[in-house]
Amino acid sequence: MATGTEKTLKVALAGNPNSGKSTLFNIFTGLNQKIGNFPGVTVDKKSGFAKIKNTSIEFIDFPGSYSINALSEDEKVLPDVLSDTTNPVHPDVVVYVADSTNLRRSLFLCTQIMDSGIPVILVLNMIDLLEKSDEEIDIASLSKELGIKVLAVNARDAKGIEELKKSLTDSFSIPDKKILSVEVQETDKAKKQRLETIERYKAIREILKKAVSKKTSGLGSSVTNKLDDILTHRIYGFLIFFLVLFLVFQSIFSWSAYPMELIEKLFSSLEQFSLSHLPKGMLTELLVNGILAGISGVLVFIPQIALLFAFIGILEDTGYMARVSFITDRLLRKFGLNGRSVIPLISGVACAVPAIMATRTIPNWKERIITIMVTPLMSCSARLPVYTLLISLVIPSEKIFGFLNLQGLVLMALYLIGFVAAIIVAMVLKFVIKARERSFFIMELPVYRSPRWSSVGLGILEKVKVFVFEAGKVIVAISIVLWVLSSFAPGDRFEKIEKRFRAEEFSQTHSSDEIEKLIATEKLEQSYAGIMGHFMEPAIRPLGFDWKIGIALVTSFAAREVFVGTMATIYSVGDENNTLSIREKMMSEINPETGEKRYSTAVAFSLMIFYAFAMQCMSTIAIVFSETKSWKWPTLQFAYMSFLAYFSALLVYQLMK
Amino acid sequence: MKLSELKPGQSAIIKDFSDDDLSLRFLEMGCVPGEEIMLERIAPLGDPIAIRVSGYSLCLRFSEAESILISTTERK
Repeated sequence: MATGTEKTLKVALAGNPNSGKSTLFNIFTGLNQKIGNFPGVTVDKKSGFAKIKNTSIEFIDFPGSYSINALSEDEKVLPDVLSDTTNPVHPDVVVYVADSTNLRRSLFLCTQIMDSGIPVILVLNMIDLLEKSDEEIDIASLSKELGIKVLAVNARDAKGIEELKKSLTDSFSIPDKKILSVEVQETDKAKKQRLETIERYKAIREILKKAVSKKTSGLGSSVTNKLDDILTHRIYGFLIFFLVLFLVFQSIFSWSAYPMELIEKLFSSLEQFSLSHLPKGMLTELLVNGILAGISGVLVFIPQIALLFAFIGILEDTGYMARVSFITDRLLRKFGLNGRSVIPLISGVACAVPAIMATRTIPNWKERIITIMVTPLMSCSARLPVYTLLISLVIPSEKIFGFLNLQGLVLMALYLIGFVAAIIVAMVLKFVIKARERSFFIMELPVYRSPRWSSVGLGILEKVKVFVFEAGKVIVAISIVLWVLSSFAPGDRFEKIEKRFRAEEFSQTHSSDEIEKLIATEKLEQSYAGIMGHFMEPAIRPLGFDWKIGIALVTSFAAREVFVGTMATIYSVGDENNTLSIREKMMSEINPETGEKRYSTAVAFSLMIFYAFAMQCMSTIAIVFSETKSWKWPTLQFAYMSFLAYFSALLVYQLMK
Repeated sequence: MKLSELKPGQSAIIKDFSDDDLSLRFLEMGCVPGEEIMLERIAPLGDPIAIRVSGYSLCLRFSEAESILISTTERK
C-alpha cells in the first residue's frame, strides 16, 4: 500500500481565536512551514508538513473564527473551503482546537463544522488551566455525546500530542446524526441563522449537562481580574502602556542600531571585495551597486523587524494587546483608527517597514488600511540625516530663552508635523474609504498567560521570511532600476567625460582623487537620473528646487537618507559621511538667477517639508504591496503623499521666499 | 432595560436584541437569551465596556451594549 503515489492526508486546524490552535500547528510542523494564499482570496495560508507512521500529512492552519456565518474575509475562508470538495485545500479531517475553559462557546463552531459533514477530532486544549478552575470535563461522555473522538492536550508542554498524532492515522467517521437536529423553518436567511444559533446553543447546553460537572461555584480567573484592575486602570493603565510603548520604541530605535551597522559593514566590505577581485566591467558594477546594494537594503531591516515582532508576539500572546485596544479605543475611534494602531504609529517613528507589518494585529480591515496609509507620515529615522543636514544649513545653533536649542526645536516641530498630518489624513480617510464590514468591537478579552516562547520565535521568523521574500523582491528590483538610472547615459556621454578629465593637462593641476570625484559628479549629471533632474526642473522650480535637487529626489527614492549621499556626489565631496564638508559646499552654492544663496532658508524649509510628507522610500512601497496584496494601496499612498508633499513645499517656499 | 444601563458588578439576564446585524454576532459569541451576564468593568475613558458571559470576558462598545436588552428582575 505504501507506494510513492500515496495521497497526502490533509488536516485542517480550526478553532476560535486564542484557542492555542497556532501553537499546536507549530508543534506538529516545527520549522517545516510554508506561507501562501488560500486559493482565490488574499488571506494568508499557513501550511506545514509532517510524517506520522508512514503517512505524510499536510497541516493547514485556518484563521481563528467563532462561526461559519462570519462575514470578514479571513473568517469566510473556513466555510468556503469546507463546502467546496474540489478546493485544493479541502481537508480530509478537521482537528478542532477548543479552549477547555471556554468549552460552551468553542463547541459552537465545532458542531457547525461537524454538521457540515466533515470528520472532526476535538482537541481540548489548555486542560491545565481547567484543572485550576471549577469545572471538570468527562472526556469519555463528551466523546459519546458528540459522536466524535475527543482528546485532551496541553499545547504548552506537548502533553497528549503523541496520542493525537496516533489518532490522525486512524480511520475517521462522521456521526450519523447532526448536533443541530431541529430543522428551522424560516425563509429569511439572517433570521434563520439567528434561530439556528439559539437552537444550537440549546443542543450544546444539553451535551454539556451530561459531560461537564461543576466542582465549586468560583468566579473564574481571579488573577486576570486583579491584573485588569491595574492594567486597565485610568492612571496606572495608561502609565504602563506608555512604558511599554517607550520600551518598544527604544528597542527599534537604538537597540537595533548595532546589528544594522554590522550588516551594513559586512556588505560594504563584500562590495569592496567584489570590486577588487572581480573583473572590471558592467556585470561587476551591476552585481555590486545594483544587486548587492539592493540585498543589503533588504537585510538591514531584519533587526528592527525581529525586535518589533518579539515585542508584539509577547504582547499578543500574554493577552495584553487586547487590553491596549480596550483602553485606547474611544480615543482612536474618532480618527478611524483602532487601539492596535498605536504600536504601528509609534514604531513608524523608527521605521515604517516593520510598523506596517505590525498592522496585521488590527482585526478590522478599514482601520488596518487607514493605519497603513498614514504610518509613513510619521517621521522615520531615515529622514533624520536629511533634516540634520538641512537644519544645520540654515538654522543657527543658538539658544532661545537660554536653554532651548533652536535647531532641536525645529527638528521637534518636523516630528510633530508628521504626527499631526498622520492624524488629519486618518480622519479624512475615515470618510473616504468604504468599510467592507461593519466596524464591530465585540472582542474577547483573553485570560492573561505567560508567552509561549516558541510561538514568539516562530512568529519573528515568519515575519522576517515574509519581508525578505515578498517585499525583498520589489526592493532589489527597484534598486537595480535606480542603479541603471544613475550609471547609464544616452549615447557616448560617459566616454566624453572620461576623455575630458583623463586628459594630460588635467592630471597636472588636479590630484587623481579629485579627478575621480569630478568624474563621478559629471557622470551623475549626465546620467538618466541627471536627465530626469533637468526634466523635472520646471515642475519643482516653484518649490525652490533646482535640477541638482531633482537628481537627489530621484536617487533618494531608494531611501530618504540617500539624499545626503547624492548631495555629496553632486558637490564632489568624496566622503559622504562628512556632513560638514557637504554643508560648506551647499552653503556656498549660488543661485545664478538671483545671485543669492541657493540654499536659502525658504528652500531648506521647503525641502524639509517635502521630505516630511513625500513617500520617498521604495521599501515602504514594497511592504504596503506585500501586506495589502495589491498595487492599489501603495499607488494611492504614493499619489496622496507626493501631492501633499508637493503642495505643502510649494506653500512653504512661496510664503517664505 | 439595556445592558448599557448596568453598573460595574451588576448582573442581569439577556432577554432580546434590538439590532439584527449585531445580534447574530452576539448570539454566536454565546450571548443567548436566558444567559446570565455581568458588567465587569468600564474602560478608563468611559467606553468600551467589558462583560462576563458564559465564563469569559467580552468587550464591546457602549453603542453596541445598547442593543442588548436585559432583565434584572428575573434572577436565578
